[in-house]
Amino acid sequence: MSEFKPLPDLPPPPNTVGAIGWLRTNLFSNWLNTILTLIAIYYIGQAIFWFVDWGIINASFSGSTKDDCPLNAEGEKLGACWVFINARFDQFIYGFYPDSEIWRINLMLGIFTLCIAGLVIEGTPKKNWLAVFTLFIFPIIAFYLLHGGRFGLDTVDTHKWGGFTLTLVLAVVGIVASLPIGILLALGRRSEMPIIRSISIVYIEFWRGVPLITVLFMASVMLPLFMTAGTETDKLARALIGIIMFQSAYMAEVVRGGLQAIPKGQYEAAQALGLSYWKMMGLIVLPQALKLMIPGIVNTFIALFKDTSLVLIIGLFDLLAIMQSAITDPNWPRVSVEGYLFVAFMFWAFCFGMSRYSQALERKLNTSYR
Amino acid sequence: MTTEKTAADAHKVMIQLKNVNKWYGSFHVLKDINLEVMKGERIVICGPSGSGKSTTIRCINRLEEHQAGDIVVNGIPLTNDLKNIDSVRREVGMVFQHFNLFPHLTVLQNCTLGPIWVRKKPQKEAEEIAMKYLERVKIPNQALKYPGQLSGGQQQRVAIARSLCMSPEVMLFDEPTSALDPEMIKEVLDTMIQLAESGMTMICVTHEMGFAKTVANRVIFMDEGQIVEEDEPHAFFNNPQNERTKLFLSQILQH
Repeated sequence: MSEFKPLPDLPPPPNTVGAIGWLRTNLFSNWLNTILTLIAIYYIGQAIFWFVDWGIINASFSGSTKDDCPLNAEGEKLGACWVFINARFDQFIYGFYPDSEIWRINLMLGIFTLCIAGLVIEGTPKKNWLAVFTLFIFPIIAFYLLHGGRFGLDTVDTHKWGGFTLTLVLAVVGIVASLPIGILLALGRRSEMPIIRSISIVYIEFWRGVPLITVLFMASVMLPLFMTAGTETDKLARALIGIIMFQSAYMAEVVRGGLQAIPKGQYEAAQALGLSYWKMMGLIVLPQALKLMIPGIVNTFIALFKDTSLVLIIGLFDLLAIMQSAITDPNWPRVSVEGYLFVAFMFWAFCFGMSRYSQALERKLNTSYR
Repeated sequence: MTTEKTAADAHKVMIQLKNVNKWYGSFHVLKDINLEVMKGERIVICGPSGSGKSTTIRCINRLEEHQAGDIVVNGIPLTNDLKNIDSVRREVGMVFQHFNLFPHLTVLQNCTLGPIWVRKKPQKEAEEIAMKYLERVKIPNQALKYPGQLSGGQQQRVAIARSLCMSPEVMLFDEPTSALDPEMIKEVLDTMIQLAESGMTMICVTHEMGFAKTVANRVIFMDEGQIVEEDEPHAFFNNPQNERTKLFLSQILQH
């Protein structure tokens, strides 16, 4: 009998590992790819060169009026006029909120940032309590801070809210409210009880079938016509309800997709242990399904975050709307590129942050080793 | 093999199926199933695929609903009453072909879930119970791993421990070794034999005829949704009465 002896591991062939190996396989694997790589490098280089030249080297950063942005002989700007963003920054962030009360928004944003940081960073002590605080107590604090009317704070009507604050309020409330409603709708749509299932299906198919703009118009223009005179509902509240209704229908379908991916055996094993429906869903099915749904859910969150700018058509001034009105100011000619770039950057930064966090979360929750 | 039981136990009917019928749509999958299982009895159900053997045991803990006839488990009739269904499921443990462990929970959490959330035991006590049974199935050192990190045989043993943590009166096995690599079948069968020796009432759907010979009190052969033949293992394997049983046995015992 001969003994089984495994062969020793040999090193891989050269030029297939490390930086050079990566470049070879990905960028210069054959002559066509080499040409495409060189063309791409040329155009990307040009774009970067233009932006550095326009946006940094020739740009003006400090000052307070348009005269701080120098012009050349033809009367054109030399570079980007970031002075404009600087001068209007407070308005972009706080909208028309009274100057003397801006500390309230800052305090609210400060608490919010701390909460989110605490939830995102690993190893925060008492994370469960922080989550409860963020979800249930913080919204109350935030409401009274922003709206006032109690605890000796002056009332600031919602029509004075605007800018990035408004964008955040719309997005965060929309996200936080639409996920649980979406989960309930998805469970309802998969329920064996015909009435609950029908209600869920009708709700989802109705709200998914109409454009968000229509929903917002309905909420702001049509709804008051049906109300008895004098029962004025706040315009922001109506827009928020519209957004939540709309997004929860989308969320429901994302959640349903995740639920369908959970094998039947998981339901059966939970039932065989004697778990009730809600325990089975809460302990076994949803934790697994939500993990699978992270890409879809975050995708919906990101879409919602950007969709909030549609509220400008019903006269709410979110970040985009306030910037658009700012660039029509005759005191600041030709600053639209700077303005749009700033808005784009703000939206991008937040969406990219959500996206990165979701990827980290997926890695962290991956325990299946499949 | 110890078969002696106390007189009181031997006369206690644990599971009773009376004229149980079930249809999938218009397909008549169970036809007049009558079965009585005493406390401490070990039943093996065999038969070709599609014969209704899995469906029969899945009816016993209401993973499938029967449409006619009566099923009584430990004195509790299985009706549409959710309370009865819940109490039956608490008394009946089930082990599945594909283990169905919860992949997002550790082995220990898989085992403590039922005791904590169904039996309302405090976490510490539940963990002690879980470790006791994980030791019995010989994998206490894997308690903090996730199911995906274990081999198939280990996963199935965890699944057995998970059911035992609920201290069930009856254990149902639905082809527990069919999804396993040949190298791992023995470790699961050993666990089941050990469990049988402890006096657990067991119903096993399995094709492991060796297991049936050593462990079962009675072997039941099913085909086309009916119980064709039922006898104690020696008579069943050496002197089958029905032609269909003879054919089945000749096919599975020839190698």
